[in-house]
Amino acid sequence: MTASGLAAHRVSKQLGGGLVLDGVSLSPAAGSTVGVLGPNGSGKSTLLRVLANVTPPSSGRVTMDGQDITEFGRKALARRVAVVEQHSDTQIPLTVRDVVGLGRVPHRRAWLSASAEDETAVHEALEQTGMTAKADQRWQTLSGGERQRVQIARALAQRPSELLLDEPTNHLDVQHQFELLDLLSGLPATSVIALHDLNLAATYCDDILVLDGGVVVAAGPPDDVLTESLIMQVYNVKAEVTTSPEGHPHVRFIRS
Amino acid sequence: MTTAPVREPLRQRSRLPAVLLAGGVVLLLSIAVAVTIGPADIEVADVWASVADHLGIGDSTLSVLRDGIVWDLRMPRTLMAAVCGAGLAVCGVVMQSLLRNPLADPFILGVSSGASTGAVLVIVLGAGAGVLSMAGGAFLGAVASFALVLMLSHTLGGTTDRVVLSGVAVMQLLSALTSFIVLTSADAETTRGVLFWLLGSLANVGWPEVATGALALAAALAVCAGYARSLDAFAFGEDAAATLGIAVARTRVVLMSVTALLTAVLVSSVGAIGFVGLVLPHAARILTGPGHARLLPVSALTGAVLLVWVDTVARTVLQPQEIPVGVVTALIGVPAFVLILYRSRGVQ
Repeated sequence: MTASGLAAHRVSKQLGGGLVLDGVSLSPAAGSTVGVLGPNGSGKSTLLRVLANVTPPSSGRVTMDGQDITEFGRKALARRVAVVEQHSDTQIPLTVRDVVGLGRVPHRRAWLSASAEDETAVHEALEQTGMTAKADQRWQTLSGGERQRVQIARALAQRPSELLLDEPTNHLDVQHQFELLDLLSGLPATSVIALHDLNLAATYCDDILVLDGGVVVAAGPPDDVLTESLIMQVYNVKAEVTTSPEGHPHVRFIRS
Repeated sequence: MTTAPVREPLRQRSRLPAVLLAGGVVLLLSIAVAVTIGPADIEVADVWASVADHLGIGDSTLSVLRDGIVWDLRMPRTLMAAVCGAGLAVCGVVMQSLLRNPLADPFILGVSSGASTGAVLVIVLGAGAGVLSMAGGAFLGAVASFALVLMLSHTLGGTTDRVVLSGVAVMQLLSALTSFIVLTSADAETTRGVLFWLLGSLANVGWPEVATGALALAAALAVCAGYARSLDAFAFGEDAAATLGIAVARTRVVLMSVTALLTAVLVSSVGAIGFVGLVLPHAARILTGPGHARLLPVSALTGAVLLVWVDTVARTVLQPQEIPVGVVTALIGVPAFVLILYRSRGVQ
């Protein structure tokens, strides 16, 4: 496999005696949006943490442009890969602009102050996420959805080629869910997104990876992956899958 | 792609040198004036004359006695107050940011209680008598307790909350030990001495302590300044810092060791002066905003000015008796802390 960008090769992760990831491989096409689906505890977050080099895999490797990420250099990796965690909070009184500015940390050396490029990146990230009007507001005064968008703005300010997002739509209302996924799928960066909503995944993702018990049970374009039998097998829920007018699979759950 | 931002973002960073210059001037004036305050009548001009004379850039017409009061008694004491204030404030900033805990202070790694146990052992039991001074015992105790906290927190998983919990546990253990030693082995006179030192006192400070403290402060400041950007990145925790390219484990070990060593040096010569390291970082954040490149030097200067004045109050207000400086910092620090928390209510 040619490996441009971030890729996982038969990655396993043991945590507290159990196997949380079992031989997971993933190599997203450059610029694509990949949805990681699966029930709670299926290993979605762990996969993202391993991809982000936050936690090392127990076996297997993660590579960036073919090079093992542990040899890629932390700073260099942080200039390529930005991460949005599921939960984030701070006790420190920071403004929205301060938080977004953290995205420039990997681009600066310790003794230099912000460059024009830093300021442009922060400015653009605020614009893209619709947070410009709140730039001087305190983080602590924001709603859950706004905090999520600020973290996404921070990730964009990193100007990454790869974005890893753990359930970024969790705290968002429907409008902002669509706006966010519109934004992410329109970016030149490759996005790997853990998602719960099958229809959002079907609408916005180029590829889908379905995890169950740490094992990849299906991978490929939404049309191939999101089938009634797979949903029954993984989620134990009856569903009807039709094709939406836009040509995406559409999942309707059926009460049994 | 887009036009440059119109408003000035990322705070008024260009003003940092001006702020530092102004702070430096206030600090120098504070030291000069604080030295004149006391039972013997000294003028600011006398202070300049004495300093100029000793630095070999002028001639002093001061009497030997008055020159001695300025140069041998009040000057080292006031300078040490400045060094301690700056050092404790910087250690507080680093600990609070690194451990993401607004209640963290320089003593959270067990350093002060370890120092107390070490000092008390030397005083009371005469352990290492002759070879080991009280300050030496305090320093060894401080380093030993920090090592214990590090080992304990590493065994428990190494996360920041484990560091805090280990620190608290070691602190409790060592203060119990200190109390036990004092109660069983000390006479009334020694107990008084120990107590005074436990509360913090700048009374017996000379030039050697000032030199050691200033060197330790300068070294620690240089290291911490180099990690300023890393400290910023810790705002959302260690995992978030790691994804911003920070070497989390190395940063944590280096900064904890540097602050523990600086605290150990300071505590071993002046005792545990509380509240400066806890309250001042919060006040400095209000003044400068959260960026550590500004926060570290500004809190150092504010801490220095504050402790110069607090010590002046401590040694003069009940003349000829002296109040332990730690008592005064607590009397000022507690209401200030409440005020800061009150200001930030509803925001958390």
